[in-house]
Amino acid sequence: MDSSKNSTLRAQPASLGDLFLSFTVLALQGFGGVLAIAQRELVERKRWFTNEEFVEEWAVAQVMPGPNIVNLAIMIGGRYFGVPGVLAALAGMFTAPLVVVLSIALLYAQYASHPGVIGALRGMGAVAAGLVVATGLRLAASLRNSPLSIALNSVLGLLCFVAVALLRWPLVYVLLGLGGVACALAYRKLGGEAGA
Amino acid sequence: MTPVLDLGWSDWLQLFTHYLTLSLLSVGGGITTAPDMHRYLVNQQGWLSDAQYTASIAIAQSAPGPNILFVALLGWHLGLNAGGIGWALFGVLVCMLGIILPSSILVYVTSRWSHENRELRAVRAFKLGMAPIVIALLIATGWILASVNGDPLRHWPLWLITVLTAVIVWRTRLHLLWLLGLGGLLGWFGLV
Repeated sequence: MDSSKNSTLRAQPASLGDLFLSFTVLALQGFGGVLAIAQRELVERKRWFTNEEFVEEWAVAQVMPGPNIVNLAIMIGGRYFGVPGVLAALAGMFTAPLVVVLSIALLYAQYASHPGVIGALRGMGAVAAGLVVATGLRLAASLRNSPLSIALNSVLGLLCFVAVALLRWPLVYVLLGLGGVACALAYRKLGGEAGA
Repeated sequence: MTPVLDLGWSDWLQLFTHYLTLSLLSVGGGITTAPDMHRYLVNQQGWLSDAQYTASIAIAQSAPGPNILFVALLGWHLGLNAGGIGWALFGVLVCMLGIILPSSILVYVTSRWSHENRELRAVRAFKLGMAPIVIALLIATGWILASVNGDPLRHWPLWLITVLTAVIVWRTRLHLLWLLGLGGLLGWFGLV
């Protein structure tokens, strides 16, 4: 797709009903987490965000307490429709999936030990892991437009991956430590731009 | 094994306030507070069996929707232990409101502020600096999810699926549900 840089294609949620339905559709497609589908739906299909904006909003959603995807829904709903928007987005996010999850809970006792079910969950789990990795890779393309150099972005990203995935450090320390350093570097860089 | 409970209003209130606190501590998502929920519900209070706790996490992970719904399932099972479907629905309400309300209010206020002040140098620096961090976090999360696959040498078909999925989704626009369905089918027939 040739996406024009000046996004005249920018769309936004049309109404509270649109928010509710969009998040219902989004949540019902999200097996093993809603994140991968959120990037697809909100950025590539609905075009409520560019990739860059999605990463920026995601950064705020990530450092706040609460489930990231729920935080994102709150931010979108609140941005366009205030508190009613928040409620519509959250209702969409939770109502239908809650019904599904409780139904599964009622069935679970009978089918939990069925070898086919166990195998299917294992296969879907492997796919879900790949989906999350791919979402990160797709969003990484947005770093090309960052005022920070590619080298700096790569080093920061690599350090974060090593700390969380390989060393399994607690997230809070990584966000405070590495995140703090990254923000300080960005702050200096922005100052340099303004001064030049 | 499964406890039979006689919960009073003070117990429900205690449960609710415990979740209100956890909500504010859940940086990185609700799952980061799951170990504490096990400590509180299973070990300390004896309100849930180990099996019910494990089932709640497993069901929420495999079902569509936000993974935080495991909290709803914990409340559901707790309510079942306390007397039936009515209480189970009440348990869902208490736990979900507890875990969602404080963080949501905080996020709403913060995101409004940061949007109104988005031209501030500090706000721009935060978003620019955090971008590579949160992107790497996503890839790290995928890595951690994949490690559930087990030993790469023995379970290489599962790892192959993870890698192929990552490449296909990264490079094409194929709908994600096809891949999930295919993964489920391969697993159902014991091929991976």
